[in-house]
Amino acid sequence: MADILRLRLVTPERLLLDEEVDEVTAPGTVGEFGVFPGHATFLSSLQPGRLSYKQSGQTRSLAVSDGFAEVVDNLMTVLCTEAAYANEIDAAQAQEAVREAEAALGNLSPTDAGFEDAQNTLRLAQVRLDVASNG
Amino acid sequence: MATLKEIRKRVSSVQNIQQITKAMKMVSAARLRRAQEAALAARPYAEKLEAVLQNLAAQGEELAHPFLTERAENNTTLIVMTSDRGLCGGFNSSLIREAEAFMRQRAEQKVSLILVGRRAYDHFKRRDVTIAEEHINLYGRLSADLAHDIGRRVGEQFLSGETDSFYVLYAKFRSALVQVPTLDKILPIASTPQTEDQSALDYLYEPAPQTLLASLLERYIDMLIYRAMLESVASEHGARMTAMDNATNNAVEMIDRLTLDMNRARQAGITRELLEIVATGESLKG
Repeated sequence: MADILRLRLVTPERLLLDEEVDEVTAPGTVGEFGVFPGHATFLSSLQPGRLSYKQSGQTRSLAVSDGFAEVVDNLMTVLCTEAAYANEIDAAQAQEAVREAEAALGNLSPTDAGFEDAQNTLRLAQVRLDVASNG
Repeated sequence: MATLKEIRKRVSSVQNIQQITKAMKMVSAARLRRAQEAALAARPYAEKLEAVLQNLAAQGEELAHPFLTERAENNTTLIVMTSDRGLCGGFNSSLIREAEAFMRQRAEQKVSLILVGRRAYDHFKRRDVTIAEEHINLYGRLSADLAHDIGRRVGEQFLSGETDSFYVLYAKFRSALVQVPTLDKILPIASTPQTEDQSALDYLYEPAPQTLLASLLERYIDMLIYRAMLESVASEHGARMTAMDNATNNAVEMIDRLTLDMNRARQAGITRELLEIVATGESLKG
């Protein structure tokens, strides 16, 4: 059994990451899950959250939007519409985004068409702020 | 015959035009390269998404979703992607022509339009058509966000029965010289090709496959729209580059011709003056 896990992170705009890692933690819609080398073939949807991976003892985090993760033969592919490292996020801008998203969500009732989208936007804004300020 | 001064003025104005078209051509060439890079960068995502969908479809489980079900097309939505700016040859007019042909073919159905780009909007706003949405003055800044935005609304309309099918009309990029107006059907999604060997992959699903399929299909629609946008932007810059190249060449030709006229006019002037001098001399003698 190969003991190397490969993590590929793709967004519609770019291939963000294609590296060998030791461990990945991802924000699944039904709960956060960890992936180690030798993981079973697996497909899950993701919610906006913090995706972190460990690489030679160091942990790095990204803020990811909703998307999917697939694990096949020690290759983990993450598909999401947006992803950013801490150093790519401007904390002040993220703060502003949280405020805007909160305001947008406040105007909607849970039965409105855009409610789920607005909820996701807020969650993404919050996690971007978290990643930007806490690394 | 135009006077020397008039011709000189024309030459300098044509020279100005040539400078502008040359600059526009260079700008388009740079933007085209960037657009092509963006299209290339989007490819891994698109391929992976398609592969995951195929894997899921190959599981043999009965996966049904309204997005995959054909039904009678009474209400159709067509998204037309044109540019915001002109000066790009026949780029916009060929797309608009295709859009009108599409609506003529479906004269009995109700076709509503989603217009991306000012050119299509300016053309259709005064005509008797239903415009559901317009996205203008984006100047090529078409983002995955916009694709998602359109995709979500269209998906909702499809599910609620407001529209029965959804097409996208855009210029497919072949080369800087050739852009092909292309009509793609987005909804209902034509069944993804099933590959037998992949059915061996036994997945664990989280959440249930049915739920996953729904959100995967939504992403797939967004991706198809986004891909059409990228193609359209690349095509626009390609078309403009070619058009501006032609314009520059025409300007060069025109300058050559005008220079010839100018020289001729100058020579005619000299000859006339000489004749006048000679004639005056002759008359003084006599």
